[in-house]
Amino acid sequence: MKLRVEVVALDCLMVRLFDEIAEANMPWMLAASENLRAAFGAHLIDLVPSYTTLMVHYDLAALSPAQARELIAEALIDLSPNTRTGGKCHVLPVWYDVSVGPELRLLSQRSGLAVEEVIRRHSDREYQVFALGFAPGFAFMGLVEEVLAAPRLNTPRKKVAAGSVGIAERQTAAYPVVSPGGWNLIGRTPAKLFDRERDGYSLMQPGDTVRFEAVSYAEFINLGGDDTPLEAQA
Amino acid sequence: MSRLSIEASTPLCLLQDAGRFGVRHLGVTQGGGLDWRSMSWANWLLGNALDAAVIEITLGGFTVVAEGDCLLALAGADLGAQLDGQALAPWRSFKLRKGQRLQFTQPLLGARAYLAAPGGFDAPKVLGSSATVVREELGGLDGMGRALAKGASLSYSAEAPLLMRELPREQIPDFKSDLPLDVVLGAQIGEFSGQSLFDAFNSAWTLDSRADRMGIRLLGTALQYQGKPMISEGIPLGAVQVPPDGQPIVLLNDRQTIGGYPRLGALTPLALARLAQCLPGATVRLRPVVQDVAHREQVEYLRRFSDR
Repeated sequence: MKLRVEVVALDCLMVRLFDEIAEANMPWMLAASENLRAAFGAHLIDLVPSYTTLMVHYDLAALSPAQARELIAEALIDLSPNTRTGGKCHVLPVWYDVSVGPELRLLSQRSGLAVEEVIRRHSDREYQVFALGFAPGFAFMGLVEEVLAAPRLNTPRKKVAAGSVGIAERQTAAYPVVSPGGWNLIGRTPAKLFDRERDGYSLMQPGDTVRFEAVSYAEFINLGGDDTPLEAQA
Repeated sequence: MSRLSIEASTPLCLLQDAGRFGVRHLGVTQGGGLDWRSMSWANWLLGNALDAAVIEITLGGFTVVAEGDCLLALAGADLGAQLDGQALAPWRSFKLRKGQRLQFTQPLLGARAYLAAPGGFDAPKVLGSSATVVREELGGLDGMGRALAKGASLSYSAEAPLLMRELPREQIPDFKSDLPLDVVLGAQIGEFSGQSLFDAFNSAWTLDSRADRMGIRLLGTALQYQGKPMISEGIPLGAVQVPPDGQPIVLLNDRQTIGGYPRLGALTPLALARLAQCLPGATVRLRPVVQDVAHREQVEYLRRFSDR
């Protein structure tokens, strides 16, 4: 770990902890996040974690850039990884089917694996939530097996149904709400990923782990899933 | 409980406040009035908290009729506002009597006007704010992120102040100013070619019509980033990001929370306030500024609002 603090805006500093995306980053990121929140207290406006960085947005009326840098330095001195695994483990039911996951065939062709095997491999792994972004509750998870990795679509879809589960490079994610999107879609989850009535709003938080569980069409519908085909939503 | 009924509106007329904070780590954008300075003055004119909910009217096309006597305040762009056909200049509080009509016609100076009401317009707070973010279905009158629509009713609950107020002339922002926009330089600044750095701060940039509450594209000499591809990271308000086509985009209140394009830096809040009042086709220049200097300037500006 090579810690750097960079200027990003008048009232924002970027804490850069790593240069590569890795699952091993996470205990350090969580520890740094916790310490920064404690150090800034009420003067913290937002803390935006991503794969290798934490952006600190602080109250400019309370802190000068120099004071903010001091707080960061104090918060991160003697940093030790948070291995208490405070994160939750989620199991997301997924109806894997070409009608809602049109890129299942593409991934099968690319990998040379049968569609069933693509599904098995995607759901046979525990993923880490690296960051939330793009949309409320949209969790960037990884890493998917190399053989399933696929670049984003050349032309993003104008509309991707809520609950759609996709793959982009070695990351996987589920769309919380209908939105445009360029990920390779392989199925759909009935889980409500963002709920303004829920404590903490987002089902998944950075540091959580997620496993996908293949369910039948009937189970998907029973769990409240919406099977509207993609084309009907476009 | 004075009320206004909306007779005409557009998708660019939105309920806004200072924005949504403490939720960016969940992927929720900031939102809020694009010209925070004019929005704050609109609230100041009524003695409100500076972040009380206001109406952001972009370009015009908005009309309300009073269902009871109201005291309101107007700040920001001159959108040809008319009170029962009589021109109404911004930067003042004013009375709107029962049955009177307030109409915003077309932009005469600036792009965004802010209409404030005593204590702020009534609206539910969603994730701590009433700011309307259409894309995220958050905020606004019903909390579902919808723009203000014809037929809807606006209300406020606080007592109106007794005195009408006008902003002292020396405090009125100059929307015609051609001073460059200040950019706090970011960490990737050294990864742009020397020529690009020269171009960035020595040429004129034209505001593209491809502009919305997420960002405004600047057209001009393409800038060349020579660094490594970046891993997505948090994006500050006002970030000047440079995608592969070299045409910078200034990211605004409704931007995505993380992204992976290199950045020249970020506009200061005062520069953002000015940019928010520019129309497509306008030209702007950029000027680098040191973080400390920009910070002092901002703190000094904020003191102006404490004079109540």
